[in-house]
Amino acid sequence: MPKIIYIEDNGKSHTIDISNGLTVMEGAVQNNIPGIDADCGGSMACATCHVYVKEDWFNKLPKKENGEEDMIDMAYEPNKFSRLSCQLTVSDEIDGLVVQLPKKQA
Amino acid sequence: MIKTDALIIGAGPTGLFTAHQLKLIGLDCEIVDNLDKIGGQCIELYPDKPIYDIPAIPECTGEQLTKSLINQLKPFNIKFHLNERIDEVKNSNNKWEVKTNKGTLFNTPNIIIAGGVGSFEPRKFSVKDCEKFENKSIYYSIKDKAVFKDKTVSIFGGGDSALDWAVELSKNSKVNLIHRRDEFRGAQSTIDYVNKLAKEGKINLFTKYQLKEVKGSKNLESIDIEHENKEVKNLKTEFVLGFFGLIMQLGPIANWGLNLNKKTINVDTEKFETNKKGIYAVGDICNYPGKLKLILSGFHEGALAARACFKLARPNEKYRFEFTTSSKTIKSRLGVKDD
Repeated sequence: MPKIIYIEDNGKSHTIDISNGLTVMEGAVQNNIPGIDADCGGSMACATCHVYVKEDWFNKLPKKENGEEDMIDMAYEPNKFSRLSCQLTVSDEIDGLVVQLPKKQA
Repeated sequence: MIKTDALIIGAGPTGLFTAHQLKLIGLDCEIVDNLDKIGGQCIELYPDKPIYDIPAIPECTGEQLTKSLINQLKPFNIKFHLNERIDEVKNSNNKWEVKTNKGTLFNTPNIIIAGGVGSFEPRKFSVKDCEKFENKSIYYSIKDKAVFKDKTVSIFGGGDSALDWAVELSKNSKVNLIHRRDEFRGAQSTIDYVNKLAKEGKINLFTKYQLKEVKGSKNLESIDIEHENKEVKNLKTEFVLGFFGLIMQLGPIANWGLNLNKKTINVDTEKFETNKKGIYAVGDICNYPGKLKLILSGFHEGALAARACFKLARPNEKYRFEFTTSSKTIKSRLGVKDD
């Protein structure tokens, strides 16, 4: 099972095994990782599952689809490594992905 | 003081259909919503996005679904209290006394919370000291544009609200428009017009910048904005406007003594009642084993909560289950001919 590493704003790190096909957001919610709200449940309508992807991983991820960048405009303190974790599907290709969680989601 | 059999909080699809169910079984109800329009998340978050899993409707948008639900409520005269948020709920003689932020008072045996993920509030700047200037120099919505006349206004955001206000205020104010990237997501015609105004020097456009600092003692004097490449610019400005859309917040509901689970409310699956007698939660905001956040689940939950309301609203009557196809009583409530 691929591992995803979530790092909270305070530096606390969580390494979680997540089944292929779930999203990085779902992996966080199911494992009670603090810092991912996911208010809209994954329909790309709220920007409260916002994460910063570690730079070396950012370009290896599938590109943003239409609409994701628009939602990131709404996120709390976005930067150029911002992604919505509901749009990142877990697969063997992203085994070891490191995402940094923002200070808060809203 | 408004007396009603049931008060519904939230005018999204679940709240609307729950109202329909209440009226069918002969109870009256009123609906309160913090948004200025009916439809909840469907209308605020995805009016144009298609939905494919409403039973018997292969495809419809959030706006179409809302219109159909309002249409379905036409036989009934339901009072909506829009732009109002329920702030206080207290028990008095086995009824609930409810007060909104505008001071409207209700007395009801039943409160049905159909509040989605909470009430919609504007997203705010995260920068230090912004709160200090809020509603004095920093705004997230505009009530009276006259205050900006002949002043410098710095507008943040990349959607239609930011663009529309930049165009409008550029007529009588000095306008800075600041956005975190160089693409805007508004209507193309508005984007073209903003670019034209920028070329003519009527709007100062700053893209790939975000707010870094607000400066001023009593009144706002200037702001620092920071480029993606860390370069900082200082802009003299009397007003700042932020248009970052809306965020859902549980708000005052959190203080009513309900059994919460993160941002949801625990209920039973017979009445969808919370730990407080006569307060129910339906739709996205409720939680129980197996809960699905689907619109169709909200419809089911509302139908059952409505039956539970009957007991408290009509303690001396017995609820009798009837079908809309065959019940004369229901047909007369709907105002249709019985044949």
